[in-house]
Amino acid sequence: MSQAWLPLITLATSLLVAPLILLLPERAWRARAALNLSAALLKLLLVGLMVVGLYQGREFAFGFTVVPGVEFLLRVDALGMMFAGLSSLLWLATTVYAIGYLEDSPNRKRFFAFFSLCVASTIGISLAGNLFTFLLFYELLTLSTYPLVVHRGHPAGLAAGTVYLRYTLTGGLVLLLGVVGMHALVGDVTFGEREMLRDLAPSYHPLLIGLFLVMLLGLGVKAALVPLHGWLPRAMVAPAPVSALLHAVAVVKAGAFGIVRLVYDVYGIQLTFELGLLTVLTVLSVFTILYGSIRALAQQELKPRLAYSTISQVSYIVLGISLFGPFGTIAGLAHLMHQGLMKVTLFYCAGNYAEELGIHRIDELDGAGRRMPLTSLAFTVGALGMIGLPPVAGFISKWYLGLGAVQAGMPWVIGVLVASSLLNAAYFLPILHRLWFRAGPAHGKGQWPEERCLGRFETSGWLLWPSLATALFSLLAGLLAGLPFSPLDLATLVATEEYLP
Amino acid sequence: MIERLGLVTTQLPTTGSSVMALLVVVLPLLLGVLGAACRPKRSWPAVLASLLALLPLLTLTPLVVSQGTQAWVLELGGLMLHWRANGLTLLLLLLTQLLVLASAAYAPAYLRVAVQAQGRGPAWLWPLMGLLAASLSLIWLAADLFTLYIGLELMGLSAVGLMLLPGREDALAAGMRYLLLALIGSLAFLLGVALLLGAWGRLDLAGLAETVEAGPVLWVAMALLSAGLLLKAAAFPLHAWLAPVHGSAWTPVSALHAALVIKASFFIALQLWLVFAPQAAVAAWVVGGMGAAAVVWGGLLAWRVDKLKDVVAWSTVSQLGYLLIAFPLLIGTAPAVASIAWDGVWLQLLAHSLAKAAMFLAVGNLMLATGESRVSGLAGASRRFPLALLSFGIAAISLVGLPPSAGFTAKWLLLHAALAAGQWPWLLVLAVGTLLSAAYVFRVFRYSFVEDVELEDYRPVPLRMDLIALILAVASLVLGLAATWPLALLEITGGGP
Repeated sequence: MSQAWLPLITLATSLLVAPLILLLPERAWRARAALNLSAALLKLLLVGLMVVGLYQGREFAFGFTVVPGVEFLLRVDALGMMFAGLSSLLWLATTVYAIGYLEDSPNRKRFFAFFSLCVASTIGISLAGNLFTFLLFYELLTLSTYPLVVHRGHPAGLAAGTVYLRYTLTGGLVLLLGVVGMHALVGDVTFGEREMLRDLAPSYHPLLIGLFLVMLLGLGVKAALVPLHGWLPRAMVAPAPVSALLHAVAVVKAGAFGIVRLVYDVYGIQLTFELGLLTVLTVLSVFTILYGSIRALAQQELKPRLAYSTISQVSYIVLGISLFGPFGTIAGLAHLMHQGLMKVTLFYCAGNYAEELGIHRIDELDGAGRRMPLTSLAFTVGALGMIGLPPVAGFISKWYLGLGAVQAGMPWVIGVLVASSLLNAAYFLPILHRLWFRAGPAHGKGQWPEERCLGRFETSGWLLWPSLATALFSLLAGLLAGLPFSPLDLATLVATEEYLP
Repeated sequence: MIERLGLVTTQLPTTGSSVMALLVVVLPLLLGVLGAACRPKRSWPAVLASLLALLPLLTLTPLVVSQGTQAWVLELGGLMLHWRANGLTLLLLLLTQLLVLASAAYAPAYLRVAVQAQGRGPAWLWPLMGLLAASLSLIWLAADLFTLYIGLELMGLSAVGLMLLPGREDALAAGMRYLLLALIGSLAFLLGVALLLGAWGRLDLAGLAETVEAGPVLWVAMALLSAGLLLKAAAFPLHAWLAPVHGSAWTPVSALHAALVIKASFFIALQLWLVFAPQAAVAAWVVGGMGAAAVVWGGLLAWRVDKLKDVVAWSTVSQLGYLLIAFPLLIGTAPAVASIAWDGVWLQLLAHSLAKAAMFLAVGNLMLATGESRVSGLAGASRRFPLALLSFGIAAISLVGLPPSAGFTAKWLLLHAALAAGQWPWLLVLAVGTLLSAAYVFRVFRYSFVEDVELEDYRPVPLRMDLIALILAVASLVLGLAATWPLALLEITGGGP
């Protein structure tokens, strides 16, 4: 019996924290921090239990009927666990970071309540066992992130929030139409029951293609596929932990994860391939990868450059799953985790520079490596990983992407990968050069825009440790990729399930 | 469809259930009179009285659940009054009683804080609210046109009376206009009833359903009945009276009006169509078209208007459009489609009633606290009145139809029904309605999140008032995932086991 409740309790850890935080007074920051951290730790533990149970072949599921024919279903599978593991790990790190980042700022109660709600929706998305439940949490994510995006309440933030809502609510609505259409066609679609669609007569295929494209349109907004990406760079005005969460864990990942579910667990890769939809995904993702990288090159500020880099990097996931074959699948799924780890590191570091030294523009970073060596080290790890250099995790993704491209008979994709890596290098290496090799205020030349000495180390420990931890994780995910429980191992597990009957 | 309304039943009523049904109607009235005499200054006597009025309903419910639909015939002189209680009736009765309970709990504090004048107004609130509850119960129970007419007339008059209570000039002007239109509506309804009576000589719905024949008389009668009811329901394009009436009304009155009074007219209209014209698909499409126009027009105005209460009032016009779309989905469609749409319609009605009542109460609290009636006056509210804004937000989730609210589940069902029926236009209408409602709701939020405002003086409202709004809002949210319960009640349709 306890097995059915495990997913529910995992969801509840962050869902129930939200009202508890709202009940605490604004001043009680210690109690709030303790509550946040213990919930995050508890969740990590529960997810760990579920991952272990999954390896032992146990089943965890919880469900009830909402209206006749529609079921609310939480279910643990390998794919969901990857995402759940990522989000609970990064929730812990981001909670620590956010506590440090938001020290002494107003409205922290509201922030952390919606922050928990946001993580709850992410966990809900990963545990969702059917399209209806997925949609439920997918929309909840939109709602819970809006207050985070407009958190600072200044005109730029409010305007960005409006744009964000316009995109995501419309996307959610389109997705809703697609999901309802799917229900009207075949009824409740439990993830993994692919035979439902496979067994439909060929005369239904145009309808299936149409529904896929409608749902892709809905999911593509959050996954920031070009041309649906417009909200992402503008949402950069949010506080750094929010950006980290939006880019690495929650919103864009929810979109990408949704596409993964759509391809593997609703349509099945075989059917998607036969309908010719994988080509659509390949073309879309290749375009997005190149477009995002080129736009990133043109950005003069740090956070927008990272934002466009996200657009580009998230599409690697879509590219991976669009390559028909186990290697492509492994690449896409592993990158789901790898990109999260690396990107969150980069955003933490960007936040650290902004908080400690007031740096927002890239040309202000000269010599920052001397003033903030550990942060800069973490940033370097993240950036090298994004370029795809071994032994950082990004290398693994790109390696398997290349293998997948060959396996799928699309060697031209390797050309795209090379081009994209060159572009990645072109926009990350100059930053690294400025950090380490240019003389700046730390060498007595000029001064920092707004220096605050936040802590005993180069900056406050609350900000520094999460950055280092995630940098370390991205390194380990690459170095120890062959060991069990690594992202690559989980991805292989999923791919095996997918391709072996 | 007619059997879903529980008009045909083989069950013989028991004495117990008859007494309870009578008490359901009469008790609110008695308690209203009592309220006028005592004029409670605190919430608990009002809550206690409302709970007392809830008791006969709670006794009636298990009776109907276990024994099926109950029907009664009362002889009043030469008139035969037909009543019935099935699952749908119980659901609507429960909704009415709960919302009256919430308003009654809210009113004493509201009167103390907002209405300092010691005039006659506050004394009249209680009997009028009792009369409103009684007439609504009568409408839900009625199974003949005469009872329906009485209920409709009493409801209209008590609603006008409640709206006039503030006694200010603008309230009087809007209230008198409302009275005039309500009377016109009743007149049209009465003419329709007279036509039917003249042609077929009976007024009970079940009997009429068998005897009426399609023809000019029926069409004219239906047109008159529908016009009167749609006017009272503020259906587009007969909605213009609604926003001004709410603009000056007291908050608990607005909540009751938007949540219940408008729904009663809709309920009667839908019932009459299903009984008399279950195959009139073309005419139903016309009503659906009116609904579509209401969704768009109400949504646009709610988005553009300046005053906070007008936003909520126009949103009612827009949301009523969703309900009107039920007509083409229920009338002349395949049973499979109709059964999905049936669930969707009543769930939408429940969701909207709870959410709209919560929203009116939350908005009333915000207006009291800020002393501002404009949307832009909310700047900085998110820091100062988090609870009121939270209630507003949760109610808004249900209104917009975002998961996991009841509004979402209802919209899901309606979308599903529209798809299954192949009626594509309604998909578009529901989609546009969602986007528009998101636009007007988040416009309010946008202002409330503004941070750089001076801390002006504001007065916090009593916690109780905030909590009542919050409870209603949460109810509309929770109902989304717990929808099986009300839908199970709808299964008790009557017509034998």
